[in-house]
Amino acid sequence: MAKIPPPLWLLAEVTHSCPLQCPYCSNPLDLVPKKDELDTEGWLKVLHQARKMGAAQLGFSGGEPLVRKDLEVLIAEARKLGYYSNLITSGVGMDAARVEKFRELGLDHIQVSFQADDATLNDYLAGTNAFQHKLEMARAVKASGYPMVLCFVIHRQNTDRVAQMLDLAAELQADYVELATTQFEGWALANRDHLLPSLDQVREAERIAHACQETYKGKMKIYYVVPDYYEKRPKACVAGWGRVFLAVAPDGLVLPCHSARSLPNLELHNVRDHDLEWIWYESKAFNYFRGEDWMKEPCRTCDEREKDFGGCHCQAFKLTGDPTNADPTCAKSPHHHLIEQAIDTTRLNPSNSKPLLFRKRQNNTNLS
Amino acid sequence: MSVDFKAVPRLATGYRFQWEEAQQNHVLLYPEGMVQLSDTAAAVLSLCDGKRTVEAIVAELEEDYETEGLDEDVTQFLTEAEAQGWVKYG
Repeated sequence: MAKIPPPLWLLAEVTHSCPLQCPYCSNPLDLVPKKDELDTEGWLKVLHQARKMGAAQLGFSGGEPLVRKDLEVLIAEARKLGYYSNLITSGVGMDAARVEKFRELGLDHIQVSFQADDATLNDYLAGTNAFQHKLEMARAVKASGYPMVLCFVIHRQNTDRVAQMLDLAAELQADYVELATTQFEGWALANRDHLLPSLDQVREAERIAHACQETYKGKMKIYYVVPDYYEKRPKACVAGWGRVFLAVAPDGLVLPCHSARSLPNLELHNVRDHDLEWIWYESKAFNYFRGEDWMKEPCRTCDEREKDFGGCHCQAFKLTGDPTNADPTCAKSPHHHLIEQAIDTTRLNPSNSKPLLFRKRQNNTNLS
Repeated sequence: MSVDFKAVPRLATGYRFQWEEAQQNHVLLYPEGMVQLSDTAAAVLSLCDGKRTVEAIVAELEEDYETEGLDEDVTQFLTEAEAQGWVKYG
C-alpha cells in the first residue's frame, strides 16, 4: 500500500456538554460524561503530538467547547505550536471580553452557529433562548477583527428559510456562511423522520444558495453542499478514512471520523494509552478502511472509488448493517432503496412518528 | 481585474501564511481550508505584507532570483490570489 500521509486536520471534541439541545446534533446518543473528559494536560499532549505529526488545521468542537474553563490555555498553546485554530461554537458561554481574550491568545477564527434566522424557530430548535445572544456574539466576533463565519445547520424544519438566513448573514456582514446539511448521525439519525427535507425543499435551497453565491460574490462566501441523501454518489467522508482527518473525543478516544465510535468490531484507542502517531499509522482501526482491500462490489471495481472511497462507513453500517458495504447513498449500492424510502417524505405520517428528541443526557434513556 | 503597480497587497483577514515542516511546503491557511503553495506563489505571498507595493515586490523578486521581467508572473498570481480572496489591497 502507498505510504500513509500524515494527518492535516485535528478536531478536538473537548466536551460533550452543551447548553443547547439541538435535535440535529451529530454527537452520539451516549454522550461522554464530564467526569470522563481528558484534563488540560491530556489535551495539551494531544495538541503537541498531532502538530508534530503535521496537523495544521485545528477545530475546537464539542458539545460546546466554551464549557471548558481551560479553553484559553488550549488556544494559547495551539497558537504557540503553529496551528490554525478554529472555535466551533454556539456562542453560548462567551461574551465580547472572552472573544477579545481569544483574539489576544491567537485563536484564528470563530464559527458561530445559528439554528435559524429568527428568534422563535432558533430558540425552539436550540431548546433555549439563545438567538439574541448569538446575534451579539456574531457582531462581537467581527468587531474584534475576526472574519465572521456563520453556520446554519439545515433540515426540514428550517430549510425553507435559507433565503432569510442569507439575508441575516448579509445584514450581519458575515464573511463566510456555511449552510451545513444535517449529518444523519447520533441524535440527528434518531430524529431523521423530523429532519430529512423533501426533494423539493433541497432543490429550492440549492437554487437560492447558488443565486446568492452570485449576488454576494466577493463580499460573502457561501458554502452549500447538496445533502448526500439526494445525490447519486456518496461524499468522500472525512476526505477518506485515515487520510487527512483525525478527531479526539472528550474522553480521549481517537476517531478516524466523528461517528466511528458506533462501528462494530472496531477497536478504537485512547490517547491515555497510546500516542497519536501509533494510533494514526499502526492501529488496526485507522488502517481498517485505508486502501481498497476492504472493498466489496460495487466499490471494488468502481471507477470512482478513488474519488469517494466508498463514502461513509458509519452510514453504511447504520443503514445496511455492514460498514464494508458501499454507502447506500450511492445509486450503485444494492441498498440504495433504503435512501429512496427515507427521502420519500410523503410516506411520513407525523402523528405516527416519535416526538422530536432534544439532545440532553436524560433523553438517551427514552430511546429503547 | 488588473493589478495596479502602486497598490499595496496584504493577506486577507483570517488568512495565515506559514512554512509546514511536515509537508516541506509553504501553505496558506484559512477557515476550513489549506492551500499548498508553489515556490513562486510562496515567494510572492511572503512579500504581501501591507507595506510593499506591487512594484516593490516585483523588484525584490527580480533581485532575489537574479532575473528580469517577473512583472507578468507576479501580476498574474496576484490577480488569481485576489479572485480567490487570499489577498486584499490597502
